[in-house]
Amino acid sequence: MGDGTGVAYFDGVKKLAINWFKYSAPTTFYGLAGKMIPWFAVSAAILLAIGLYIGFAVAPADYQQGEFYRIIFIHVPASILSMFLYLILAGYAALGLIFNTRLSAMMASAIAPTGALFAFISLWTGALWGKPMWGAWWVWDARLTSELILLFLYLGFIALHASIDDPRRADRASALLAIVGSVNVPIIYFSVQWWNTLHQGSTIKFSGTSMHVAMQQAMFITLAACWLYAIAVVLARVRSIILERERNTTWIAELPEVKG
Amino acid sequence: MKLRQKRFMFIVAAVVGLAAAVGLVLNALENNVSLYFTPTQVANDEAPHGRSFRIGGVVEEGSVKREADGLTVNFVITDMHKSIPVVYKGILPDLFTEGKGVVAQGRVEADGVMRADEVLAKHDENYMAPEAADALKKAEAAKAAAATPASAPAASSTTE
Repeated sequence: MGDGTGVAYFDGVKKLAINWFKYSAPTTFYGLAGKMIPWFAVSAAILLAIGLYIGFAVAPADYQQGEFYRIIFIHVPASILSMFLYLILAGYAALGLIFNTRLSAMMASAIAPTGALFAFISLWTGALWGKPMWGAWWVWDARLTSELILLFLYLGFIALHASIDDPRRADRASALLAIVGSVNVPIIYFSVQWWNTLHQGSTIKFSGTSMHVAMQQAMFITLAACWLYAIAVVLARVRSIILERERNTTWIAELPEVKG
Repeated sequence: MKLRQKRFMFIVAAVVGLAAAVGLVLNALENNVSLYFTPTQVANDEAPHGRSFRIGGVVEEGSVKREADGLTVNFVITDMHKSIPVVYKGILPDLFTEGKGVVAQGRVEADGVMRADEVLAKHDENYMAPEAADALKKAEAAKAAAATPASAPAASSTTE
């Protein structure tokens, strides 16, 4: 009996392990991603509505900036996402280089446009806020400049990948760019500590937060919404990349939506 | 070593090497990357001479004086150790207030006064409701009031 449970447990572990790797193949991941997208998309929409409601209707005005500070409910999540997505992109790119897996490189390509979008939103909303608050749309301080470089890295990754016809070679070349560029992310994060910048320091620190509670709630909820949105969009995009790249395979020819 | 381990080690070594190189470059560039000099740096002669640069600090309390033309403003930028007077003609940003962060760009003349072409407000990382800020100010005032009795007799004795 003791043996029996042991074997069952071992089988369970083996099954878990097999299932885990099963989903790293585009064939199975395609279906899994399709099932997950609605969940992420719907919860993103709900959380965004709640977050923006708290942010614009419940949270009080700021004692210095008045209503202008409400830009943070978009600006801060966009900035955080732009940096995190780059690290995830570089991580997938590295996985693709090391293990030569197809899906990793496809994930990296799928993340890039969303990351670029968030970097752009971060710069754009920051400029809109900077003019009335600082008195300038743009300054070449370390935080702003390194975030601009992040946007260029995303665009460079997309452009480099698009410029090479053979997808496998395109994966490898753009993966190198992504990995090299990841050095920029800690520079963005620590720029406000390392140098004198016009951009303010971090409000959310490991030691605590200097922010009103309702403002915090709204910001964290919109942050979660942005994460869920990013996951939903990336999964949708990776599905079309899989379809495009594996279009000559039988498993795609046999998909109901392709056959239909 | 397997090929994939080799590739992994190669990528790790490349990223570490690159990070070290970038770190050294940024360290060497330190003053050029910073947006502004502090008044202490200016006092220590670290700021450039004869050309425009930026000074950053806090607007000293009670130092803001507007001239009759309504546009020219005099104020003092301080970092609590050294301070530099600034003259600026133009429109100030909304966040410009005494006791808050500011960055001014211009030349420091021989008399030690900066003639600024541009004044930017530097926001801090605190977000508060106005009532909370008021409460904080009151608490500080109460604390200050509680602390003064010790020094007050001395002050009054000198006036008498």
